[in-house]
Amino acid sequence: MADETLLNDDFLRQLMNVGEVDILIGLPTYNNAATIEPVVRAIQAGILKCFPRERVVIIDADGGSQDGTPDLVTGVSIDDVRASRVYALRTLPVIATRYGAGQDSGTALRTILSAADLLRARACVVLSPESSTIEPDWLQRLVLPIYKEDFDLVSPIYRRQKFAGVLMRNLLYPMTRAIYGRGIREPYASEFAISSRLATDFLSNEKWGDQAGRNGAEILLTVTAITSKYRLCQAFLGDKPPQDRSAADLVEAMRRTVGALFSSLDSNFQFWSSIANSEPIKTLGSESEVTLDPVAVDFARMREMFVTGVAELEPVLRPIISEATLLELQRIAALDLSAFRYPADTWARTVYEFAASYHKAVISQDHIVQALVPLYRGRALTFMMENQSTSAEDVEKNVESLCGEFERSKPYLLERWADRK
Amino acid sequence: MWTLWTLIVTELMRTLRELEEGIAHYLPRVIEMLVIAILGWLIAYLVKAAVRSILRWSRFSKLSAHTGATQLLNQADLPSTTELLSRFAFWLAWVGFVLLGVSVLGIVGLQEYTARFFLFLPRLFGALLILFFGLLAASFFSRAALLAAVNAEFRPSRLLSVSIRIFISMFTLSMAFEVLGIAERTVMIAFGTAFGAVMFGLAIAFGLGGQDLAREFLEKRLAQRAQRSREDELSPL
Repeated sequence: MADETLLNDDFLRQLMNVGEVDILIGLPTYNNAATIEPVVRAIQAGILKCFPRERVVIIDADGGSQDGTPDLVTGVSIDDVRASRVYALRTLPVIATRYGAGQDSGTALRTILSAADLLRARACVVLSPESSTIEPDWLQRLVLPIYKEDFDLVSPIYRRQKFAGVLMRNLLYPMTRAIYGRGIREPYASEFAISSRLATDFLSNEKWGDQAGRNGAEILLTVTAITSKYRLCQAFLGDKPPQDRSAADLVEAMRRTVGALFSSLDSNFQFWSSIANSEPIKTLGSESEVTLDPVAVDFARMREMFVTGVAELEPVLRPIISEATLLELQRIAALDLSAFRYPADTWARTVYEFAASYHKAVISQDHIVQALVPLYRGRALTFMMENQSTSAEDVEKNVESLCGEFERSKPYLLERWADRK
Repeated sequence: MWTLWTLIVTELMRTLRELEEGIAHYLPRVIEMLVIAILGWLIAYLVKAAVRSILRWSRFSKLSAHTGATQLLNQADLPSTTELLSRFAFWLAWVGFVLLGVSVLGIVGLQEYTARFFLFLPRLFGALLILFFGLLAASFFSRAALLAAVNAEFRPSRLLSVSIRIFISMFTLSMAFEVLGIAERTVMIAFGTAFGAVMFGLAIAFGLGGQDLAREFLEKRLAQRAQRSREDELSPL
């Protein structure tokens, strides 16, 4: 049910002027002036090409951009797109609304879903305003499974450089798959489509107010879709746009993704504790694509960050992980760069120990997530070193092997979960 | 001679009577005091059991582990915080009842001490509360600083964390002493002097003693950070 308190009067008025729609496209923006125009043009081109008869609306949920992003969204002329001699049979309204002062992905998603619920949209598509590689076809690939095949969540699959998306490949995908039993490649998706059923159900989720709901709503959406037995599928979109990230962004990314995933385990224990194996989900297009473009990575620096983390954070790690794991991490930290290896089984055990400690709140939960950052760097280094000169297929095999390790280690998580110490 | 003997016996009888009257006067009060003390012991025991149950139910030991109090107690070979607090509650309640019993005796000096003791209790609780939350804050913020510093590749992360813990603990202690009314001015002056000295020392060390190093350090960090981050941090998602 739409949360009308979230929608201001002006926004509500504009939504009522639009009336019911078939497809709602949401853009959660915040200072995206540099990339937003091509994204909106690609969306408009996609609508003209694939959905000329449908009633479509574009909603920009903005976090208070200072660079005029909402004006750019509403100002992109559809005439530029119509130059390609394809015409829509309906008008294409574009509405921008400001949900707050500052980026908050949870509130942005909630605003978009509330609008979709209010306008009774059959499909709601959320696209990243940073998707510089977006193509008009993306819309079709995301919407058609909901429109034609009655799916409820269409999650993306991207083509990535083999060293990009390491957190996704080494933690989020293997852990989500092992815990919830569905092989969803992008549990934290920046582009996805959902049905009206799932949107309404997810809106009534009670977790919007807490940290995970505010920062990791995308993960919670995936988890809700799995645990509530909605129909899921994946669609191959194309290249994942490269993004400049700093070290500080990694901590924030871990909070949004790993923190939200850990947090979801508490309320869904009954569901995941009985799952032993994972099932693949229907994928439209390629299962995964890896490019081998060379990328400069400073391995020595990554090792140094891991070693410093293990040494300096020892008093923080001690209540989180077991003595055996801590000793193993100290052994790994003593290895030279050439011999450095953070094995998959140790990594899976470490992550599960962190998840169990997060559940028991042995220290502040945010601190638990932050303490995982240097250890993740050690695992990322191992992943990159192992796959430095391997083919795309071998990268995929290694990811598959890690997923298997997470699944095999799941009883260990249950054991740690039940342990009252 | 006979008259003297009669006088002595009369005086003895009078003293004996007075003693009897005194005993008759005080004995019920002493019994009353003993009854209050025994009843107080029973109530204090119940209070101890109740406090222990409440602390166990509210997982207080976890909270005390967060503050670092558990480690401190373990090192000093003392019982757990839950046990310590429940024993404290027992003794506090029992001493309170004993003093109440003593006041029944009607001894003027003791009554004054009893009144002082009861007036001191709120301040004692206030100081303990400040100490507990102060230690909690010291532990939380020092850990937060350590994590932020390590993840931002700030070298002296442990030093920063320990400094924050010491500073907050000192601040908490000075506040607790102020609430207790123990050496208020001395503690305040000692705290102010120590804090000022540390800050002044750091400023001199960084700004004067190591100005070249400071310049080089800041230039390196600020100029290279953006470039290094872009080189090394591929999008994790």
